[in-house]
Amino acid sequence: MTGASPYRLVGARPEPGFEIRVDGRPVPVVPGQTVGAALHAAGIRTWRTTRFDGRRRGLFCGIGVCFDCLVTVNGEENLRACLTEARPGDEVTTS
Amino acid sequence: MTRSEVAYDLAVVGAGPAGLAAAGVAARAGLRVALLDAGARVGGQYFRQPPDGFHATRPGALHHGYARFVRLRDGLGDTDVLLGHRVWAIEPAVGGGFAVHCLKGGRERAATVAATRLLIATGAHDRVLPFPGWDLPGVMTAGGAQALLKGNLVVAGRRVVVAGTGPFLLPVATSLAAAGARVVGVFEAGGRFTLAPRALTRPGKAAEALGYGRLLARHRVPYKGGRAVVAAHGDGELTHVTVARVDAEWRPYQGGHETIRCDTLAVGYGFTPQLDLVAQLGCEIGADAAGVPAARVDRHMRTSAPGVYAAGETTGVGGADLAALEGEIAGRAVVADARGVPAAAHPAAVRTEARRRRLAAFADALLRSYPVRDGWTSWLRDDTLICRCEEVPYGRVKEARDLGAADARSIKLLARPGMGWCQGRICGEAVARLAGEAPGPPRRPIAQPVRLGDLAAMNERTSDDDA
Repeated sequence: MTGASPYRLVGARPEPGFEIRVDGRPVPVVPGQTVGAALHAAGIRTWRTTRFDGRRRGLFCGIGVCFDCLVTVNGEENLRACLTEARPGDEVTTS
Repeated sequence: MTRSEVAYDLAVVGAGPAGLAAAGVAARAGLRVALLDAGARVGGQYFRQPPDGFHATRPGALHHGYARFVRLRDGLGDTDVLLGHRVWAIEPAVGGGFAVHCLKGGRERAATVAATRLLIATGAHDRVLPFPGWDLPGVMTAGGAQALLKGNLVVAGRRVVVAGTGPFLLPVATSLAAAGARVVGVFEAGGRFTLAPRALTRPGKAAEALGYGRLLARHRVPYKGGRAVVAAHGDGELTHVTVARVDAEWRPYQGGHETIRCDTLAVGYGFTPQLDLVAQLGCEIGADAAGVPAARVDRHMRTSAPGVYAAGETTGVGGADLAALEGEIAGRAVVADARGVPAAAHPAAVRTEARRRRLAAFADALLRSYPVRDGWTSWLRDDTLICRCEEVPYGRVKEARDLGAADARSIKLLARPGMGWCQGRICGEAVARLAGEAPGPPRRPIAQPVRLGDLAAMNERTSDDDA
C-alpha cells in the first residue's frame, strides 16, 4: 500500500462522524454519506438476499438504477441504500 | 390533475453539466427556473461531489475539468435548486404547461412542480452485460465505483479489476488507483484507447488520453485490449475473475484465460441514456451513433413535443463537454421561445453550433469505436442470470425463444426478465440483443417507484404538507 487515500487526495478534513447500527453493530458515518457507502466502507458488502435463490446483494449500479441495494432503515423497507443519506441513530436491518 | 405551488417558466430535470448550463442561461436571462435533481448535491454523475461534511480542500482532485463545474454551479443565478427531488411522472397541466411529480427527501414525500417549459437532462447510466457471476457482491458498475468515490470518498475495494469497453474505464482506473486501491488490471474488450486520428482533431482529448496513460504507468496499472472478464467467482462474495483473450467479435480464444484475484470488479460497457421521462412525454426517440435509443432534437435542442427540450446524454451519449454545450443551446432556445423570438438570432448561435458539431462528431466516432460485439453471448451459461431482479437465467430465455418468442417483448412475457424492481433498466438491452433486436426505447409509465399511499395523498395534499 502507498498510503494513498481518498481523504488525502482531496484534502478532506471530515467533521466528527456519527454511528448507525447494522443489525445492532455500530458502523461509522461521515455526515452526508449514504447508508450504502457507509456499509461498503465498513466491509459490509451485502445486506439482503433475493427472494427465489437467496442470493446475496449489495451495491451494484451505485446510482439508484438497479435496486439491488434495497435496505430496511428504521423499519422502512425497500429504500435504495445508494441514495439514502445516513442519519445519526439509524437502525439498518439486513435479511 | 394536481395543484402545484409555484409556476416556473422552466423546469430542468437533472443537475448535471447539461442541466446546470441550461438553468444558468435561462435564469440569468430573467426566467423563473427550477432545477430538480434526485441527488443531494448538484453536479450529476460526472461532477458528483462529496458531502460538505468532508470539507475537501482540493475537491477538484477527483474531477477532470473541475473549473468548468465551478463556473456552471456559480452561474445558476436565481435558479431554485430543488435537490433530493426524484421525478416519477410529468403530465400536461390544466391550462397549459406541465406538472412535474416528484418524491422529495431521503425518505420520500410527494411534491409537484409546475412549469411552462421543460428541459429533460437526465443523463445516462452504465450499460452492463450479463456474464457468469455478475451478481456476486463485489461486482459493481464502473460508474458505481466512481460514484462511491466521488460522492462518498469511499474506495470500492482493495484489489480492483476494471473491465468492459470504452474510454470511461481509464478515469475509473486512475482515480481508484490515486485513492489507494490496488488496480490489478484494466481489461478493454475492444481495442486499447489510443490517439486515433479522430482524437487529434480534439487536442484537449489527446492530452487527456496521454494524461491517463501516464497515471496508469505511475500506478503500475496494466491496460490490455482484446480482453474481457468472462466470469466472476466467489463463495458469496467476489474473490477472483476469469479474464479471457477475445477476438474482434469478443469470442474467447481457446486457452487464453487467466484467473485474477480481486475483491472488486468495476465493469461497464458504455452508457445508456435515461429516457423514461422523454418517452412518457411522447417525445420522438431516435438512436445515437451506436444504435442506442436517444431523444431526437432539432438544432435548438427542442424535442418533438411542444415545450419540451432535451440536452446532454438524453440526446445520445457524448460526454460532459458536449452536454454542457447542449445545455447552453437549450437554455438560449427556451429564452428565445419564451419571448417569441427566433432562437437562431442569438449572436453566439453560429459559433456554438460549429462547436457542437465538432464535439458531436468526436462523440460519434468514440461510440463507433467502442460498440458492444455479439460475442458476449458466448460468455453465458444456462445458469447465468440475465435478469438480476427476477433471477431469470439464460436457460429460461433460451426456452422462451424455443417456444417461439422472437422478440424482446415476447421473451419478457414468457420468461419475465425485466419485470422486477428495476423494470429492465439493467437487463433490457441484453434481452433485446438476445432476441436479435436493436435495443428499443423504454415504455415505463412511472419513472421511479411510488408508494400507493403517496399517490393517494396527492389528491388530498395541502400546501403546508411541503414544510
